[in-house]
Formats: sequence, C-alpha cells, structure tokens
Amino acid sequence: MQILTVGERALLVELDDLDSVLALASALRAQPPAGVLECLPGARTVLLHCDLDRTTLRAVADAVRGMGSTARPEPPSEVVEILACYDGPDIDDVLTSTGMTRNELIGWHTRTEWQVAFCGFAPGFGYLVTPHALSIPRRSTPRTSVPAGSIGLAGEFSGVYPRASPGGWQLIGRTTATLFDLDADPPALLRPGVGVRFVDCR
Amino acid sequence: MRDASPAEPGDERRLLVLHTGPLTTVQDAGRPGFAQLGIGRSGAADRGSHRLANRLVGNLEDDATLEVTLGGLVVRADHDLLIAVTGAPAPITVGAIVHGANAPLALRSGEVAALGSPPRGMRSYVAVRGGVRVQAVLGSRSTDLLSGIGPDPLRVGDIVPIGTAYGAAPDLDLAAVAEPTEGELTLSVRVGPRADWFTDTAMHALLHDRYEVTGESNRVGMRLSGPILERSRPGELPSEGMVVGALQVSPDGQPTLFLADHPVTGGYPVIAVVDRADVDAAAQARPGQHLRFRPAGDPAVGPAPSSRPAKTTMEPSAFIT
Repeated sequence: MQILTVGERALLVELDDLDSVLALASALRAQPPAGVLECLPGARTVLLHCDLDRTTLRAVADAVRGMGSTARPEPPSEVVEILACYDGPDIDDVLTSTGMTRNELIGWHTRTEWQVAFCGFAPGFGYLVTPHALSIPRRSTPRTSVPAGSIGLAGEFSGVYPRASPGGWQLIGRTTATLFDLDADPPALLRPGVGVRFVDCR
Repeated sequence: MRDASPAEPGDERRLLVLHTGPLTTVQDAGRPGFAQLGIGRSGAADRGSHRLANRLVGNLEDDATLEVTLGGLVVRADHDLLIAVTGAPAPITVGAIVHGANAPLALRSGEVAALGSPPRGMRSYVAVRGGVRVQAVLGSRSTDLLSGIGPDPLRVGDIVPIGTAYGAAPDLDLAAVAEPTEGELTLSVRVGPRADWFTDTAMHALLHDRYEVTGESNRVGMRLSGPILERSRPGELPSEGMVVGALQVSPDGQPTLFLADHPVTGGYPVIAVVDRADVDAAAQARPGQHLRFRPAGDPAVGPAPSSRPAKTTMEPSAFIT
C-alpha cells in the first residue's frame, strides 16, 4: 500500500489489486476514519476527501494503513438481479475474440457473481468485477451513442449504461432495469460493494 | 424550473428571464457526497465570488445564485428585489443608469436589469435577496453540465423563483474585492499524485513555463496549451478518483485543469493539483490568458528563475509515507 497526497485535502491510497481495493473500500464504508468526508474507490486506488478542520492527512493515512493490513474482501452487502437479453450488436465479435459459443458466453455472464468495484463515467455506471473475469478489448472505434440499458464488456469489467451516452465497450445485451433514478434513495442501483446477478431473459 | 408555483398571484418573488447570454446556470455549493455513485460535486465555479454575492444581499453564503458566463443576462424583477453581482465585473444597466459590480442594488417591481459584457473575467454571480429557489436535486440546486443533473441552463422565458428574505439586509454600499485580472495568473499547486509518471523536464516546464487557456474550456475543465509534458513511463493509468483543481495530462502531453463539473474518475495521470483557493481565480481566466504554476509555499512569483529547481523541493509533498 502506498499513500499519495492529492492537493491539500485528499489522499490517494494505491493498492496492488482490485480485491484489495474492494476490501479496503468496504472497511472504510463500515468504519470511516474521523474527518473523512468521502471515499471513492477506483480500479487500483481509493481516494479519500478529508475535512482538515477535523483531522490531518497524516492522521487519516495512519488510520488507513492500520485498516489496510487487516481488511478482507467482504461478500456483497446486497445482491441485485438484472434481467438481461443477450442480443447486443457486438456479441459476435466477443464470441470470435473469446472462442466461446453464444451459450457459453451467456452462461458465463449469468452464472458469474459480479460485484460493483467502483462507479464513474456517468451517474449510476458501476464497474462490475468477478473472480472469473475475461479480458475483452474495447471497440477500436467508440460509438457516439450507446442506448440506455446496454450491457457491455471491456477489459476485466462488465457494466450497464444507465442512460444513452457515447461508449467504447463491447455490447452483448440490454436490460430494461432502471439503473439511475433521482427520486430513488439511493439514486443509483449499483453502488460500490453491491453484488449483481444477470438473469437471462429467455 | 418552468413550472415554479409561487404562493399568491401578485406576491411572487421571481425574476423573468428575457435574455440568457451565452450560458447562465443556477449554482450553489454543489452536492458533495455522491462521487462514489458517479455524481460529481458541481457548484459555483468561482465559489468565493458566489459567496460574496450572497453576503452582499444578506443571504446565507451558499444560497443559490445565477452563474452568468460572459454577461448578457437580462432579467425583469416581478417584485421589489435586492440583487448583487460579483465575479467578472459585468456592468448592470437598469433603466438609463449603469451600476457597478460588488454592490447591493435595489430593483423595483417591473424593472429590467441587463448585464453587459464584463471587461475581465469569465463568470459573474447574481445573488438575489432570498436566494434562487429552483427545485433542489440531491440536496443542491446546481446545474452539473457533465452529468446532466440539476436544473437546465436558463432559457428565455424562464421564471426564476426567489425565496423569502430573512434577517436584516446588510448595510453597506460596496465590497472592496480584487477583481479578476486580464493578465497572467500565478496559481499555487501541490505536485502529484502522479508526478512520477512524468520526466524531470516535464515537471520543470510545468513549474517554470506558462500555459495558455484554450477555447476548449467550460465548467468541466480548461484545456491548456504549452510545453509538452512528457511521460517517463508508458502504459495506461487504471481509472482513479479526480479532484477539483487537478491538472490531468492527456496523451498529447497537454494539461486540463479540472473545474466544478469535472468527471469523478479519470484514466490519465494528474501531474499536480491547484490549491482550492486558486481554483476560483482559474475559473475566471479567459481563453488566451496565461497561467503559471508554482509549488505551494514557494514565495517566488513572476518570471521563471533561470536555474533548474532542486528536485527535492517537490518530492516530499508527493508521498506521505
């Protein structure tokens, strides 16, 4: 674990792998050190915004270092099911690049236990990870508009576009689930730590 | 905001929008606490000017104001209202009289106030006594142009509801403030968190050369143009959290200075972060203006010293361990 300062009032905790990120982020959510306003996991990092009226960066760094050595990956706090129709426009490309059959790909995507590692890109867009990850290259040319509800793969991640937006992920399916709703509390269905299971609509 | 429903006809405290200028949005202190859902903080780009405008009319510091980009806003008061304009010093014309910025200004019901083009700076803040009371979203009335959350930018014909004034109006004529400059700006930075992704030459250029604000600038960030910031290592940075003031360097070696609506995560390395207090000044810089960056705590301001800095001056702050 390495802890870097980010400007005057934030720390970036750098970890070796995504499992360590999930573990530390989960420990921080359960027991945030005093004066930590917000903790934001990334792919290999956790960013901590600190209230310098209540703490110092050094005190937070010491607290995090103590937690980091004992944090263990936690099972998802809750698991949401997402009904998925696997008819995305890139599914044939993914079958070619992985050498899988359509049924194998769907079986892998639906049987895998996904967990939201972190959010970003757009409100409610969760980067989903699994111990059984494939490595899928992004599209060489990103689409200018990906429809809301599109289910994609990129690198070690899967994800669902909460709304229409540009995007370079390989689209394998779609869902009608509402991923982001400002009137809901919390507004995002997929939050760091939440587990996800895709259910084949057939 | 178009279906605002004030209490009693004839008793509405509101502004009618007659012209918007290039861009006018509602802003307050933003919506902190949602970054892990992919929602940035947003809020006034120049928070100091936003707060001052509120203080001038006796509001709470973080009541919502109107953030007017490069002037051009014209509003009609449908009630007797007290307003103040801060930030970019747009002249305010009411009837035949032109008023200055940074002073409270009483509008009578039916009067029209027109913000002219500010001679310096990018963003003016219009506070109205009682505060702008459009519908709050996730605890904030700010428009986040990146995520699309919050009220839409103002349009002609919009009715802006104004809250009820509380407390006594402040008794002052003019706030003495330093207005935005049109010259070169020097901003304090803390190097890192990804200073080690760049060559010594790049770090020297960042801290001793100047960077021009380009036209590709908005509330999300300001694309800067200057000496190429060369990387010392290849590869991609896994997505990580971003902060306001971050100088993120894209693969072409040019930095972008993140402002209020910046993305919550990014995949390019951040070479340094501008101090929060100096982000306000940056948010007032116009395309064509030049920025210089100096390490926080370094008293040197102005032209670059000719000698290379000792490398150790920047390293201790980058690692807390």
